[in-house]
Amino acid sequence: MLRTHKLGEADRIITLLSRSHGKIRAVAKGVRRTASKFGSRLEPFMVVDAQFYEGRTLDIVTQAESLGSYGSDITGDYSAYTAASVMVETADKITDDDGSLQQYLLLVGALRSLARKEHPVSLTLDSYLLRALSIAGWAPSFGDCAVTGEPGPHTVFVAQLGGVVADRVAPPGSPRLDSRTIALLASLLSGDWADAEAADDRQQSQASGIVAAYTQFHLERSLRSLQHVDRTTA
Amino acid sequence: MYEGIVQELIDELGRLPGIGPKSAQRIAFHILQTESVDVTRLAEVLTEVREKVHFCVICGNVTEQEQCSICRDPRRSHATICVVEEAKDVSAVERTREFKGLYHVLGGAISPIDGVGPDDLRIRQLLQRLADGTVTEVIIATDPNLEGEATATYLTRLLVQPGLRVTRLASGLPVGGDLEYADEVTLGRAFEGRRVVEP
Repeated sequence: MLRTHKLGEADRIITLLSRSHGKIRAVAKGVRRTASKFGSRLEPFMVVDAQFYEGRTLDIVTQAESLGSYGSDITGDYSAYTAASVMVETADKITDDDGSLQQYLLLVGALRSLARKEHPVSLTLDSYLLRALSIAGWAPSFGDCAVTGEPGPHTVFVAQLGGVVADRVAPPGSPRLDSRTIALLASLLSGDWADAEAADDRQQSQASGIVAAYTQFHLERSLRSLQHVDRTTA
Repeated sequence: MYEGIVQELIDELGRLPGIGPKSAQRIAFHILQTESVDVTRLAEVLTEVREKVHFCVICGNVTEQEQCSICRDPRRSHATICVVEEAKDVSAVERTREFKGLYHVLGGAISPIDGVGPDDLRIRQLLQRLADGTVTEVIIATDPNLEGEATATYLTRLLVQPGLRVTRLASGLPVGGDLEYADEVTLGRAFEGRRVVEP
């Protein structure tokens, strides 16, 4: 479940990312009533097995069974809630009706990781964003030069060019990163959690800024939830 | 499509929440067939409500005066504040006749995906009301959905201070329902929030 919008007196329009049918928008009737049988299952961050029938404009939800209930664990931690909001907004913007099993599995895994507090919230979010962009075809390079392919290490990062670049092709004034921050970004992309968690606060903060800039550049629109991310307890 | 002002009326009605194009058209034609005096009265009320009704300077509830009737009522307990999302939630709690304290209307719930953060709600005003130590309990009565729960979590973290009890409305089974039809999330909450039954 990605997000919901209120509709009429007691209905909701829900947006889901499915395993094989891409993004689905459907009407869930009466789910805002306290007596609703599946209202709680159709909240963001829930993983459900849902059945629909085709409506004239939107499909109608007829049944929903929980497969993974991460909502209450995530909302119990405000930092996790803001991070999960960025994840579902990114998934909403990055996917379409065609479907991507990889994007689906990545999002479910990231939400589960947040709910179970497997890794620091901020790192989980940054890792999700880098991997989601990679699956979508915008994999950043943190080793070889993104322009010339020249072997690294390089320390100049340019979001517009797709990652780190050699000094000779870097536009003037491009920011130069600490080599440990570059290593952290590479660890987040590959899922090397032991190395990622060993990074200090300054490197994590710098990496988060880079990931945010890279994400917003490639999505070509701002993520509204990103400015509300709470990293105080991450 | 209709001509001129009829289409304008349908378009304006269609901008109201819960009113689709068909409903807007039905209401527009109802207005056209209604006695002129009734339509005039409706227009006057709409204008009046925008001019006279505003938000209570203390709690954020809707009122025609500077303070709402609940904040002005000397019989209400000033030691308890019930925090709700919207002004319409105040009337829902009032209908129970169980609560005799004051209210605080946040003006929504934290929803990052909709661009609503803590600074967009009346949380600073709530903290100001708690500053003098009169309030001993804050009851968080935000909606039992994802945004409401996240807002409650945020407030709980923020309101930790000596002498202040922070409580959350119980979640659980609706009165008159069958246990077998309860969904697992609600039933799980009911178990979490179970209480000792006094003999």
